[in-house]
Amino acid sequence: MCGIVGLYLKSEALAGDLGRLTALMLHEMRGRGPDSAGFAVYGAPEPGAKLVLLSERRDTDWSALARRLEAAHGAAVEVAPIDDHAVLRTEGDGQAARDWLIANAPEVTVLSVGRSIELFKGIGDPDAVAERFGLPARTGTHAIAHTRMATESAVTTAGSHPFSTGADTCLVHNGSLSNHNGLRRRLEAHGERFQTENDSEVAAGYLAWRMRGGDSLTDAVGAALKDLDGFYTFAIGTAGGFAVVRDPIACKPAVLAETDDWVAMSSEFRAIAKLPGVGHARIWEPKPAEIYSWSRAA
Amino acid sequence: MTVATLRNSVLDLATASLRDVNRTLHLAEAGSFEVMHPNGAHALACGLDAPLDVTIRGHVGYYCGGMNKTASITVDGNAGTGLAENIMSGTVRVTGDASQSAGASGHGGLVVIEGDASARCGISMKGVDIVVGGSVGHMSAFMAQAGSLVVLGDAGDALGDSIYEARLYVRGTVASLGADCVEKPMRDEHQAELRVLLDRAGYASVDPAAFRRYGSARRLYHFKVDNVGAY
Repeated sequence: MCGIVGLYLKSEALAGDLGRLTALMLHEMRGRGPDSAGFAVYGAPEPGAKLVLLSERRDTDWSALARRLEAAHGAAVEVAPIDDHAVLRTEGDGQAARDWLIANAPEVTVLSVGRSIELFKGIGDPDAVAERFGLPARTGTHAIAHTRMATESAVTTAGSHPFSTGADTCLVHNGSLSNHNGLRRRLEAHGERFQTENDSEVAAGYLAWRMRGGDSLTDAVGAALKDLDGFYTFAIGTAGGFAVVRDPIACKPAVLAETDDWVAMSSEFRAIAKLPGVGHARIWEPKPAEIYSWSRAA
Repeated sequence: MTVATLRNSVLDLATASLRDVNRTLHLAEAGSFEVMHPNGAHALACGLDAPLDVTIRGHVGYYCGGMNKTASITVDGNAGTGLAENIMSGTVRVTGDASQSAGASGHGGLVVIEGDASARCGISMKGVDIVVGGSVGHMSAFMAQAGSLVVLGDAGDALGDSIYEARLYVRGTVASLGADCVEKPMRDEHQAELRVLLDRAGYASVDPAAFRRYGSARRLYHFKVDNVGAY
């Protein structure tokens, strides 16, 4: 069991409340995943790339790591530590920085890279994780969050959701995949780099690989329905988009709700129940193997 | 709390705990109750064992009305997984949609879903009558043993898979039939039974003649000696 939530704002009006509302939703899903949690928030695109890094060692010298990255890349790197994470900003190529960090800084995990996404995760009570990384005060356009009850791999911070391998693309998963090892090898042969043994990271990598090859979010998810084997409800974020899909036998729960102002997704309705204007929302259960997606003009 | 004496009251989950609301309902011997602000709460109004009339204003979570005996429960909204699971008697009605496994393993009583029910509606039903105003999802009436499932809309894939008994009536299309489920002729007795079910569910204007009947081919009942090599 895990709990997933997603909130995609269709109007500017609630941008300042995105983090607070996402935290409210995450709170309701604590019981479905008390061992760890995480969230990704999408804001307005920044001019350069930003990377969010995790170090499970508390003594990481973030400044020294930033200087090493600068030397390797020839572009300035700013670093802002937050608890056991750090947000790095650079004018250089974000994806290349990710690859360099994975190859040269094994003590850190690259949680996200992109111009819009910031992603944080931690072990323990989901409310405490949200508080530690300041979720309630965060603003932006959309957010995805997860409460985890681990089944497929160990309870570690790096093994918590969301997972992101491609720029501004992330995924949360309720379920388990059965063909992730074979798929991981296939994707690695295509140059994807993974940092955990987690099945859900493979799903994120698969989508990132498809979209890097030119697929739209909807096309990538459509291909995933054919290539991923297992149980899943996914909520997926991209820079300007949001998608939800369930496996063909719909093993894992999901509820969608939509108003003029927002689209909300959760494992259970109670996470949606306190959103503003929910009384007028259209509420439905996503059908098996049907792709639901929203996007705003880039 | 003097819950035992409460009758005809409004119970508000915005101020009372779920356990207090359920305890009040369990201790009541009669009366009508209105439950406000359910906000998707799980296991609401489960295990009622008295002829109460309960109306829940809003959407409920999992297992609402489970194990119901004699009470009449109406959810004015949608219901999550396992609505009226193992219902014994009485009525559970939902004005919106129900998630998967509605009426699962129900022994008796009536479940009415005015909107759609998703996957596995009536799974392992054992005598309950289920009437769905909209459509049902895949694997509905899976391993059904007794009772009837009436669908005014369409049925998803594998309807009645591995069905033992139970009568399935569908007005719309059936995406596919499951193992050992076959279409059967609608005889007068079935039209009459369906008329009664539709009337009980509040669909008096719906014509039973528009439905088709499905049920068990009874080929999976017995061990076949030809299959002995498979064991």
